Amino acid sequence: MADKTQRYDNLFKALAEKNQGAFVPFVTIGDPDKQTSVDIICALVDGGADALELGIPFSDPIADGPTIQKASIRALGEGVSPNDCFDIIKAVRERHPEVPIGLLLYSNLVLAQSIEGFYQKAADAGVDSILIADVPVRESAPFIQAANNTGIQQILIAPPNASEETLATIAKHSEGYTYLLGRAGVTGAETKAEMPASELVDRLSALKVAPPLLGFGISKPEQVKEAISAGAAGAISGSATVKIIEDNLGDKQAMLTALRNFVAEMKAATNK
Amino acid sequence: MNKLDSKFGDFGGMYVPELLIPALDQLEAAFIEAQADPEFQKQFYELLTDYAGRPTPLFLTRNLVSNPKVKLYLKREDLLHGGAHKTNQVLGQALLTKRMGKTEVIAETGAGQHGVATALACALLGLKARIYMGAKDVERQAPNVFRMRLMEAEVIPVNAGSGTLKDAVNEAMRDWSATYNDAHYLLGTAAGPHPFPTIVREFHRMIGEETRKQIMEKEGRLPDAVVACVGGGSNAIGMFADFIDEPSVRLIGVEPGGKGIHTAEHGAAIATGSKGILHGAYSYIMQTEEGQIEESYSVSAGLDYPAVGPQHAHLHATGRAEYVAIDDDEALNAFQILAQKEGIIPALESSHALAHALNMADEAEEETIIVVNLSGRGDKDLTHVHSILEARNKEAQ
Repeated sequence: MADKTQRYDNLFKALAEKNQGAFVPFVTIGDPDKQTSVDIICALVDGGADALELGIPFSDPIADGPTIQKASIRALGEGVSPNDCFDIIKAVRERHPEVPIGLLLYSNLVLAQSIEGFYQKAADAGVDSILIADVPVRESAPFIQAANNTGIQQILIAPPNASEETLATIAKHSEGYTYLLGRAGVTGAETKAEMPASELVDRLSALKVAPPLLGFGISKPEQVKEAISAGAAGAISGSATVKIIEDNLGDKQAMLTALRNFVAEMKAATNK
Repeated sequence: MNKLDSKFGDFGGMYVPELLIPALDQLEAAFIEAQADPEFQKQFYELLTDYAGRPTPLFLTRNLVSNPKVKLYLKREDLLHGGAHKTNQVLGQALLTKRMGKTEVIAETGAGQHGVATALACALLGLKARIYMGAKDVERQAPNVFRMRLMEAEVIPVNAGSGTLKDAVNEAMRDWSATYNDAHYLLGTAAGPHPFPTIVREFHRMIGEETRKQIMEKEGRLPDAVVACVGGGSNAIGMFADFIDEPSVRLIGVEPGGKGIHTAEHGAAIATGSKGILHGAYSYIMQTEEGQIEESYSVSAGLDYPAVGPQHAHLHATGRAEYVAIDDDEALNAFQILAQKEGIIPALESSHALAHALNMADEAEEETIIVVNLSGRGDKDLTHVHSILEARNKEAQ
């Protein structure tokens, strides 16, 4: 067993003192290329991101809508490998020692390196948590074991349609935070999160889960506000963030400025 | 937890987003109930006999094999309504859809055979079908697209990724994760997450059961080998299922060797792949060292898939079944020979199985009975094969 990092715990304590929720942007690592990716991720922190959710590009992302699929295709087109992603994370970690960094990826990328080998590399790069989009609670045992052996916090997804049995298992094992699914479907800003999420938040709170962050379909400050008033500890926004990269591919400075501004606006909506 | 075993040894499982687990559990429960319900079994049986044309014949070839020690039989799934074995399990899953109170069906298709089977079952049973098909396949398989649309299925071209079967599966799973309340995902092969590999096997197992009965009537003994092509592996598992516990019967799966398994262009996931997860199941898949899924290739669109069903992975790992590869040229050759010698035009997929059986027949030194599952007919391949043969004739001149 390895000691777990404290970055999420520290973050949620600090936010509680400030009476704020968390805003967590998601981008795909290596999108649109390796060097720009480091600058993009640092721009998110500069804009006020409380934590980072970072994807590793995969050829067959079944849980992602068109915007994040395109980000994967751009990164894979640049030849970005999982090892390149770890290098990029290391570069970000050096500049930002305290920001919690979560990985969001697909199971086959983990298996290709052996589960424990992958988790160890992630821990060495400075990753705090890992969420695997296509590993439900039922298949999670070997992944949770690797997380415990390497000091990584395993994030589990709580969807709106989960059975009591599934939620109880999530409560037992989730660490760092709990990924609360705002709606059915795949990632994307085209379909809005269903509000209020308070019923699911209440069910989870009763089970004493790690702080729930609401994701899927979050693209506007009002939604961040609503998520937090529904009782979530914060909100995650992926496709809306990635869309800013897609819309500014020709102008890096404009892209970084737009990302900083977007994060700042979303963060401003986290005051309770 | 699962009521049925979700794994075959190490293989299989349910590697899907948490969101889809309730839909898969609902399907498992409906399947278990249906299998125990005489009324469901009666409806399924009536559709198979009166609508689809079961049982299909077992035919002893007359001119194909020159070795007098060998008897080569064909299980004529090509004569089934819809043109391939696919119709069996589609009728079963369409009945399950209605049993679950769902009104829509999502499906993926490569060559269009599963799409056509889904479209016909949905037309018959009053379900609304939407079928994802890679944009490249929509172009290559225009007649099947027209068939599906004639039967009022919506055909949705998929441009993402390589625009082939793998991407159509991705898109179907994305659709299902938003629509599972009203829609059933009618997966087309014995792959994907549990319970699909088990359901698809059970809804195709009459292929092997009929074969056993027919060969006992004709020969008074079991065959020495049953041979079937393997893309995802539905016709093969349907043929194998009833023989798995008969150790005297060799089970032989034939993968698409494409331009040769030592090239980058083939679809032989067991012969050359490694273990990994694609589309919800742990199995043999074609992937890079980093775990990115590779594009498969085969002259036959129905075998052009970079993974294989998890039970085949298990049958391979335990040594119960043998898996070999047959390349494009050998399959094209078998396609023509069957037409010339027996007056039967097989699907290019089934031609792979036939080609391997012909090799076995040439080499046999003892009395041998071989059954090939002739899983589909070749009408859909005529334009494609015609253009390949014409191009070769021109080169030769």
